[in-house]
Amino acid sequence: MIANYGYKDGSGEFYISIDTDKCTSCPVEHACLTGCPKGMFEIITDDYDDVVAAVKQSFRRSLAFDCSDCKPVGGYTSLPCTTACTPGAIKHSW
Amino acid sequence: MITAGIDMGSRTVKVVFIEELKVDGAPQLKWGVKGKHIMFPDELDADQAADKAFEDALKGAGITRDQVKKVVATGAGRKQVKFATSDVTEVGAGARGAVFMCPTAKTVVDVGAEEGRGVKANAEGKVVDFAGNEKCAAGAGAFAESMSRALQLSLKDFGEASLRSDKTIPMNAQCTVFAESEVVSLIHSATPKEDIAKAVLDAVASRVCAMVRRVGIEDEVILIGGMVHNPGFVQSLKVALGVDKVLLPDMPEYISALGAALIAAENNA
Amino acid sequence: MSSGEKKEYWRWQENCWIDETKDWRAAKIVTAGIDVGSVSSQAVVCVDGELYGYNSMRTGNNSPDSATNALAGVLEKSGMKLEDITYVIGTGYGRVNVPFAHKAITEIACHARGANYMGGNTVRTILDMGGQDCKAIHCDEKGKVTNFLMNDKCAAGTGRGMEVIADLMQIPIAELGPRSFDVDEEPEAVSSTCVVFAKSEALGLLKSGYSKNKVIAAYCQAMAERVVSLIERIGVENDFFITGGIAKNPGVVKRIEKLLGTKAVDTKLDSQIAGALGAALFGHTLMLKQAASATKAA
Repeated sequence: MIANYGYKDGSGEFYISIDTDKCTSCPVEHACLTGCPKGMFEIITDDYDDVVAAVKQSFRRSLAFDCSDCKPVGGYTSLPCTTACTPGAIKHSW
Repeated sequence: MITAGIDMGSRTVKVVFIEELKVDGAPQLKWGVKGKHIMFPDELDADQAADKAFEDALKGAGITRDQVKKVVATGAGRKQVKFATSDVTEVGAGARGAVFMCPTAKTVVDVGAEEGRGVKANAEGKVVDFAGNEKCAAGAGAFAESMSRALQLSLKDFGEASLRSDKTIPMNAQCTVFAESEVVSLIHSATPKEDIAKAVLDAVASRVCAMVRRVGIEDEVILIGGMVHNPGFVQSLKVALGVDKVLLPDMPEYISALGAALIAAENNA
Repeated sequence: MSSGEKKEYWRWQENCWIDETKDWRAAKIVTAGIDVGSVSSQAVVCVDGELYGYNSMRTGNNSPDSATNALAGVLEKSGMKLEDITYVIGTGYGRVNVPFAHKAITEIACHARGANYMGGNTVRTILDMGGQDCKAIHCDEKGKVTNFLMNDKCAAGTGRGMEVIADLMQIPIAELGPRSFDVDEEPEAVSSTCVVFAKSEALGLLKSGYSKNKVIAAYCQAMAERVVSLIERIGVENDFFITGGIAKNPGVVKRIEKLLGTKAVDTKLDSQIAGALGAALFGHTLMLKQAASATKAA
């Protein structure tokens, strides 16, 4: 399942998408949990009883803002979350 | 020489006249404000409103149309001002006016009824960079206004009430429409009005701050637009930006019109 | 209604229905799904995996009461008692606050499951336009979610946005759709995404001489454009199905269909019950599984 967390508003489209099929056999022991400097990810048991990563509810409506420190303007050249997740389950839409 | 700036906002029309003073050795005294006028158009269309506001402003300043060498329009309805010589965006006009009023200002935060933005300006009041959000009411004065209605407080009382609170209640809703129901449920749960007011103003400030961050926060920060009159917002903004002080200009509603008048004068020279 | 000033134009029809042809007393498994949304609450009762009855009403001040009241409607009409229901699943925004629920499942999974029942197993794309959110879901033939997004940040494109316009125009919400087609020519969409700004834009259009119907048309078009731009991220694979309150507004639905170039699957059922129905169906599957493992153990 592709889970898109985020929103689209007047200023743009801001989604973090997680390919949860890649989570179920996570080889890096949920590195996303520590990879994100703000701790935006959590591990949940989804509706189909799979143990997968998700973006915490409290961040889902303010991604543009919460992620801005990790974007080029914050001095990063690559995103810590997508780098930590070697299976490539995490993607940013912007 | 007299020039005029006319600011066609979403709710009001503002006109400012400036006159060349030529005080030697005091560059900030090169121009002086000759007159200003504000109008709240009701049924008039934009075109008529601009005409009427301009006529009334001329009368108020005791000058005639012929004496005004140039008129520059700004604001959302700037294209509708038929008698304007040219027009300038509200971003440019706001920055110019702000830096004229407070020459030390480098970061201009402009929060009006329907827009919020952060502008980085140089010493001449020219825009270096800006970030704004004109597509969402949540980062603008409209948010505070609609919440003060829900609390049945005037905007002024709303701002003052916020200052009496030292609580931080996070608002979950990012949207003005949804926040209204959140405020209603806070009222139902008997949350003191001052705490709710602070929660709302903190929320607006944090959204405005996110925009200002995109251009960088450089001292000194000046706030322009209608929210200057809201002391609670000013306080919330200071905390959100992490600065000790925020400059507040005189005649804050007129800053954009003033900037337009200055641009009219300077481009003439 | 003579008290014109206090009329609640936004108020939509509450609905309670049971299938008189079915006898729940003869059923092996009775399950219920309770969808407590931010604006509306629904209770659905299924007997042996078939829809038996539902109740749809406005969400009250707190989730537990809303859940109880929603279910009470079906219970009263059918003579059922809460104890007669084997398993209850809560879903929606207030799903963890359904006092008598055995389990909670997200509304995403429930809507996909419900749409699979209502629109058939050929449904692949679901657009749910709820009271305070908008979801786009892609699912497989079993109604299992394969891709989804949910927008609950902003009132644009939600039922709430429609209620605001009903109030502003002082026209009952159910009339908005039909009225939006009663125009001399189709206007351009309202340009503001934000509901607050769209409201002032709508007032401006009225002042400039637009008829109310034309303003409504402009707003319906804007709402259609907004949700279509959301759903594009997921993509639209046929069959396409629309759930939620706005599915009842042809002014928006027809315009979405036009923009997407595809027709939405028709249903005779109330589009607002999809989530609760999905929850009740999940309950049924779970009961079957439990029964199967119990037989195995024995």
